[in-house]
Amino acid sequence: MGSQGGFYQSKEFLDLVKSIGEARSKAEEDRIVLSEIETLKRRISEPDTPKRKMKEYIIRLVYVEMLGHDASFGYIHAVKMTHDDTLLVKRTGYLAVTLFLNEDHDLIILIVNTIQKDLKSDNYLVVCVALNAVCKLINEETIPAVLPQIVELLAHPKEAVRKKAIMALHRFYQKSPSSVSHLVSNFRKRLCDNDPGVMGATLCPLFDLITNDVNSYKDLVISFVSILKQVAERRLPKAYDYHQMPAPFIQIKLLKILALLGSGDKQASENMYTVVGDIFRKCDSSSNIGNAVLYECICCVSSIYPNPKLLESAADAISRFLKSDSHNLKYMGIDALGRLIKISPEIAEQHQLAVIDCLEDPDDTLKRKTFELLYKMTKSTNVEVIVDRMIDYMISINDNHYKTEIASRCVELAEQFAPSNQWFIQTMNKVFEHAGDLVNIKVAHNLMRLIAEGFGEDDNTADSQLRSSAVESYLYILGEPKLPSVFLQVICWVLGEYGTADGKYSASYITGKLCDVAEAYSNDETVKAYAVTALMKIYAFEIAAGRMVDMLPECHSLMEEFLASHSTDLQQRAYELQAVIGLDAHAVESIMPSDASCEDIEVDKALSFLNGYIQESIEKGAQPYIPESERSGMLNISNFRNQDHHEASSHGLRFEAYELPKQTVQARIPPASLASTELVPVPEPVYPRESYQTTTVPSVSSDAAELKLRLDGVQKKWGRQTHFPSTSTSNSTSQKTVNGITQVDGSNTANSRTRETYDSRKQVEISPEKQKLAASLFGGPSKTEKKSATGHKSSKPSSHMVKSHAPKSSMEVASEKTSPVQQPPDLLDFGEPTVKSTAPSLDPFKDLEGLLEPTTQVSSAVNHSSTAAVTKSPDIMGLYTETPAGAHHKDSDILSGLSNSPMTNMVGGTTTMQVAQSSKSPNLKDSLEKDALVRQMGVTPSSQNPNLFKDLLG
Amino acid sequence: MIHFVLLISRQGKVRLTKWYSPYSQKERTKVIRELSGLILTRGPKLCNFVEWRGLRVVYKRYASLYFCMCIDEDDNELEILEIIHHYVEVLDRYFGSVCELDLIYNFHKAYFILDELLIAGELQEPSKRTVTRLVAAQDSLVETAKEQTSSITNIIAQAAK
Repeated sequence: MGSQGGFYQSKEFLDLVKSIGEARSKAEEDRIVLSEIETLKRRISEPDTPKRKMKEYIIRLVYVEMLGHDASFGYIHAVKMTHDDTLLVKRTGYLAVTLFLNEDHDLIILIVNTIQKDLKSDNYLVVCVALNAVCKLINEETIPAVLPQIVELLAHPKEAVRKKAIMALHRFYQKSPSSVSHLVSNFRKRLCDNDPGVMGATLCPLFDLITNDVNSYKDLVISFVSILKQVAERRLPKAYDYHQMPAPFIQIKLLKILALLGSGDKQASENMYTVVGDIFRKCDSSSNIGNAVLYECICCVSSIYPNPKLLESAADAISRFLKSDSHNLKYMGIDALGRLIKISPEIAEQHQLAVIDCLEDPDDTLKRKTFELLYKMTKSTNVEVIVDRMIDYMISINDNHYKTEIASRCVELAEQFAPSNQWFIQTMNKVFEHAGDLVNIKVAHNLMRLIAEGFGEDDNTADSQLRSSAVESYLYILGEPKLPSVFLQVICWVLGEYGTADGKYSASYITGKLCDVAEAYSNDETVKAYAVTALMKIYAFEIAAGRMVDMLPECHSLMEEFLASHSTDLQQRAYELQAVIGLDAHAVESIMPSDASCEDIEVDKALSFLNGYIQESIEKGAQPYIPESERSGMLNISNFRNQDHHEASSHGLRFEAYELPKQTVQARIPPASLASTELVPVPEPVYPRESYQTTTVPSVSSDAAELKLRLDGVQKKWGRQTHFPSTSTSNSTSQKTVNGITQVDGSNTANSRTRETYDSRKQVEISPEKQKLAASLFGGPSKTEKKSATGHKSSKPSSHMVKSHAPKSSMEVASEKTSPVQQPPDLLDFGEPTVKSTAPSLDPFKDLEGLLEPTTQVSSAVNHSSTAAVTKSPDIMGLYTETPAGAHHKDSDILSGLSNSPMTNMVGGTTTMQVAQSSKSPNLKDSLEKDALVRQMGVTPSSQNPNLFKDLLG
Repeated sequence: MIHFVLLISRQGKVRLTKWYSPYSQKERTKVIRELSGLILTRGPKLCNFVEWRGLRVVYKRYASLYFCMCIDEDDNELEILEIIHHYVEVLDRYFGSVCELDLIYNFHKAYFILDELLIAGELQEPSKRTVTRLVAAQDSLVETAKEQTSSITNIIAQAAK
């Protein structure tokens, strides 16, 4: 209170703040602010305002903008103020501009010069103020303007300046990594700074650098460990202590870095064990900051190469967190649990009740965190419970962002672990019904694809059962009043494709329903388009089956409406429908084959079907197409005619300066022999570049190599513009008709996408197989939810695994992979030999090559990471290749078999027997009761707030 | 990384905003409205964390004032809670048993202190003493600088006479 007198504000300003404080409503506040803005606008542009006044105006501007009003009229004055000589005014100017301007604001360019000047100031405080502004205002383009000066400042005698210079460079790195990539050695040097503050600041850029490239910083492990050790042993000045903890913020940063460096690297991790163990012991778990460090330790332990002793400490800490009354600690406990179960799944078991408590908690934050944990623990045995819960929660919330997330998680889990088709369809229906407009359109496409392809390749009856159950449920759902667009698209597609397939429903019934949809959602063109195409399919199938087609009257009127639609897409579909109905059965069957949506379409890149046409043209005297590769020899003949003509134009302008666009290289297309004649006329004057090139040809004709080179350019130039698109469109249209799907959006890309996702599904589907395998390998099979972590997680590496055989797998991918990869071994406390073999990180392949079948191609580009696949034993690979599209049915059979058999703890190493799935529901009940109890007891947050803010306004 | 710092009173009045990630003025207003709706309604015994647009907001209440910081999902929430507390302690030291009024009338001071504590969304100085010393140095230099300039202008004014 007493302090405010000393800061030289005018009565006017104090009154403003007071009146705002007393404002009863937002409207009143706005009124006051608007009149203040008027005053400021007037005053600020008056000439000869004294500096002190001006400074206050600027502060008032900041105030106005803080309250959410626009103060942009005053920005320029704030910029001007930074030019001032006195620190007092300059500081305010800088504060205002950093608050007002984003890095892309136009005025920044006016400040750069001032900043440059101030960075050279011999008053370190001025330099500090300028550096603060640098961190906020300098953007990618202006980095070079200040970079050299900031690098110089790294050696400034004042630690505050060094620290801020480091932070500025860190900011630059975030904005444009390449701008400071040559300064890495400076960061390393600053790590040894005398001042702990500077050292601590250096950890920020190093953390980012290490995140991006772990391997270049492995040599720093020892340094980081020794720094952390010294910090933990209280070697830093007392001033860095915080609530009796020695420099906890630095400890946390260091632990984060160690977690990165030790991830999947046994050697590096071994250096860390002692110090991390020490910190576990020294942490004071009664203070919040102590728990923050503990949590970071757990994160570190779960990231580095596992050590049983540390894992035990981490598990202890987690159980302390979960048992605590503080919601904050429970939250952190759940999060930590999610990290640790990746390596030791069995620890989740002892916390079952705590987890379920958290799930039932009224605190939304805690609930969501728990869902995240459950998501990580899901596997085929518990998927139903988890997904059901997720959907219930999803229905209950309005937060669209989170709704989207949880919906996509439900979809993902359902796709991965669905126990039965029925359940899968029902689940998807629920998700679509309640969050249909939020889920990615891809999910809808996936669902259509799944229904089309079925789950097992060899089991056609199951597939058709799946489809009829889908059709049935959709016909039922159509009765609901308002459905999301995406869902309707799926429904229309499925009804069109399979509505009449099993003969249960008549064509007129289905078409009636489809017409209803198109009418009910008449402002949604996509849905209407889906409906029309579905109608077309039904009619086509009817015709192909030799039945008479009589269009319903409502369908007729609908078609009439669409034929005159403003949407060309709808119009086209309607015309197509008309045309199809007029054809005979044979023709219809070949354009709209029944149930052909998942047939592969061979793309005839050579366009051989046009051969006859070309032959004909050539006979009529057209010039044959000359493929690029043969062009050089032929050119003299074929283009000779034009040369004189080009010569004239070529001298007028110089064209070499323009680089060829890069894409052209990829755009080279295989032969397409007809192009040169008719489809793609090459009007010479339009392509002066080509003409230029050709004219030079005769003069250098002796030099074959050069000649060829230049001609490449010619070919690409026009090849890209006309040639390529024409072929691609012809491809896609042909696809469409054969296909009969005619998807509304992205029909061109649909095919390739399908391929891609299809592949990934394959990988996902073997995951239960792998689970079983992993179980037998790692001794932790069984069916409690805990275990699921292995199953689910390991399914991810599996997709990597397959990819990693492609030579292109980059280092980045590899490093990503390392963490899941190294996990399996942790489980094997007993299985040391295999673990050992992976450990000597440098070249794990040496040891493993013997294990591998000769067929497994371990490309050298793939480093450690792919050992993942390998360590798990080559059998996985064998399995994978044998079961191409992983039969889902089989998997679930095996699993259900598992859950029936009492216990399959094959390798007896691990602890207790797992509680079978069935025992879970009682647990739920218990927990509900328990939860009520806990809630009654209430929770006391452990805070030691200073006795602040006993203020008047409260 | 910290994306922004907000100080909101229990009535939803904004006391301080600092944005480390780019947000347009319009977005800022929206963010503040959304978050005050989210945070001010929370009961006393719940977590001090809120999930928001895929980010985390860590908040702590001191008397009638909520200190909020928005962080990435994988940051350490407990640490941020302590950074908030650290800031409050520095404020307390600077103003001498700080109260909301100090921040209302001297919000620019609160900004200067915050600038010494956090920079570019990271904690730059974990030592309370260093922060207070630096802020004090700036203040005192401001004072002396002001005296100097006024004396110089006096001299000039006299010379001009």
